[in-house]
Amino acid sequence: MGTIAEQILQEATGTDVTPGETIKAPVDLAFGHDMTLPPAIDAFERLDVGTVFDPDRTVVIPDHLVPPPDEQSVELYAACEEFANRHDLEFYPQGEQGQEHVVLPEDGYIRPGEIVVGADSHSCTHGALGAYATGVGSTDLAFAMAFGWLWLRVPKTTRIDYTGTPARWVTGKDLVLATLAELGADGAVYHALEFGGSALADLPMDARFSIANMAVEAGAATGLVEPDDRTKRYVRDRVDEADRPCTYYTPTADATYANELTIDCGGLEPQVAVPEQPDNVVSVSTLEDVAIDQVVIGSCTNGRRRDMELAAAVLEDRPVADDVRLIVTPGSQAVKRTCLEEGWLETFLDAGATVESPGCGACFGKRTGVLGEDEVAISTTNRNFPGRMGHPTSAVYLANPAVAAASATTGTITAPGTLAGAAEVS
Amino acid sequence: MGRAHVFGDDIDTDQIIPAQHTTSSEPDHLATHAMAGIDTSFSDRFEEGDIVVAGTNFGCGSSREHAAIALQAVGAEAVVAESFARIFYRNAINIGLPVLHVPTVLDHVDADDELSIDVEDGVVTNTSTDDILVAESLPPFVRHILDSGGLIEYGRSNGHRSQ
Repeated sequence: MGTIAEQILQEATGTDVTPGETIKAPVDLAFGHDMTLPPAIDAFERLDVGTVFDPDRTVVIPDHLVPPPDEQSVELYAACEEFANRHDLEFYPQGEQGQEHVVLPEDGYIRPGEIVVGADSHSCTHGALGAYATGVGSTDLAFAMAFGWLWLRVPKTTRIDYTGTPARWVTGKDLVLATLAELGADGAVYHALEFGGSALADLPMDARFSIANMAVEAGAATGLVEPDDRTKRYVRDRVDEADRPCTYYTPTADATYANELTIDCGGLEPQVAVPEQPDNVVSVSTLEDVAIDQVVIGSCTNGRRRDMELAAAVLEDRPVADDVRLIVTPGSQAVKRTCLEEGWLETFLDAGATVESPGCGACFGKRTGVLGEDEVAISTTNRNFPGRMGHPTSAVYLANPAVAAASATTGTITAPGTLAGAAEVS
Repeated sequence: MGRAHVFGDDIDTDQIIPAQHTTSSEPDHLATHAMAGIDTSFSDRFEEGDIVVAGTNFGCGSSREHAAIALQAVGAEAVVAESFARIFYRNAINIGLPVLHVPTVLDHVDADDELSIDVEDGVVTNTSTDDILVAESLPPFVRHILDSGGLIEYGRSNGHRSQ
C-alpha cells in the first residue's frame, strides 16, 4: 500500500516502510561505467569478498570515455574490461557501446518493480519503466556488488500529474523542464518523483525516459512513471520474464504525498533551461538573439529513436548555419542503426552535422565537443552548470531535440515552429 | 579547529571537481584540483583541518565520488551545509567524511571564521563569534557507518550477503 516507491521497497524488504527510515534494500541490478567503476573496483577489492554477489545482475558499460580521448581513459576502459572478465559480468565492449541509460532498457536489463542501482546520477532514468532506480557513488556500487544490498533512506514521494494536450514540438523534455521550474533544483531532495496524468499516458516511452532522467535535477532519488499498457508492451518486447516476472506497481488509493503538482501541458511552449542551472527555465519564445557556437543532440536524456526522428524532421533540407558546429550522438548502436535505416543519418550528414559514435558524447566537457572560452551551446543534455561542457566561462542552454536542431539551422536559439515550412514537418 | 571556507547554494560536483580531472581517483591528484570549477586557488589556501561551509543543495549533479574524495584529501575536517544533495551526502558518509546538516549555517558563519567541530555530538562552534550551531542528527545506521570509518570498513566488519 502507498506510493509506487513505497510499494517496491515494502515488497523488497518484506516489511512496512516509512518515509525517512533507513532500510537495507536488496539490489536486483547493479551497474557502473568507465568513470565510476574503476574507483568501485578498488573499494570492492578492499571489501575482500572475492566474488560479485550475482554476475548475472551486474553490468559494466563504458560510455563516458569511449572511444578513449587520452591515455588515462584507456586505462579506465581496461580496468573495466579486466574486472568484468574476471568476474564473468555482462560487459559492453567498444563496438557495442552506447549510453548506459539508453542501452540497459533497450537490452531488457530493466525490470519494472525491481531495485536498480547505478553508479551514475542519471540512473533514475529507469524509473520510466516503474523500477526503483537510483544513482549512487562508487563505494555504494562496490558494496552492492559485494553483498547484493544497500542502505537506502525511504523517500517521501512528490506526485506530478501532467494534463492537457501538448502542442506540436512540445516533448517529454519540455514537460520535465517545466516541472523543474516549479520544483527548483533542491525541490525534491531525497524524494521519489512519481509521474502520471492523462498527458503522460499519451507519451511514447522515449519521452518518458527523458522525464524520469531529469528527476535528479530536482534532487530526487528516483523518478517513477506510472506503468501502463505502453510500458508493458515495451517490456514484453525486451525482457525475458520466464524465470523472473516483472511487477507493475501503481499507487494505491491511500497513497500519501509530500507534495503534489499538476502541470497543464496545453499551454506549454518548448522550454529552455538557461545557464547555469537546469531549473532556470523559460519558454523558448522569450529568448531573442541568443547566438550559439555549438549544438549537441544526444545523451541519456535525448539520445533515443524518437529524439533522432525529431531532429531529422527539422534538419531535412535545412543546412546547419555557418559558424555553428552540430554534434549528433545517437544513444546506442541500435539507435544509430535506426538512423541509418530510416535515412536520418543521411539527413544529418547533408545538413552538415558531425555524427559521433554512441555514448555520453559532449555532455560533460571531457571526451568530445568541449566548449572554449565564452562559447555558447544549446544542447539536449541535462546539465548546464558552470563549465559543465568545457571552459568555465562557456554557457549551455538545455532544450529538446527539435529546438536544438532548429537553432543549428539559424545560429540563434529558435523555436522550430517559426522555421519556414515548419507546418509541413511531421 | 579550522578556518571556514564559505560557498553559496547549489555548488555542483562539476565545480567541486571538473570532469577533466576525474580520470584519476588518486586522492593527492584530486586534492590539487578541489573546487577548481569555482575557485582555482582553493587548494593552495586550504589547510589541513579547515572546514567547507555552504548553502543549500551542496554537491548536486554528477554522482562522481571524486568530489567527496577531493574535499577529504585536501584536508577538510567536515563539510557543513544548509542542505546536501543526496548522492554527495551518501558518498561523503561512505568514505568517512563528516557532513553536518545545519539549516542556518550561512547566517552564523563568515569566510575565515574559526570553527570547532564536534562530529560525535553534531555541534559546530564558531569561536570567532561564540555562536553554537547544532546539526540535524544522523540516523543510527548512518552514524554506524561513519563511526566505522566508512562503508568499506563497515562492510569488512558487518558485511553479509543477505540483508
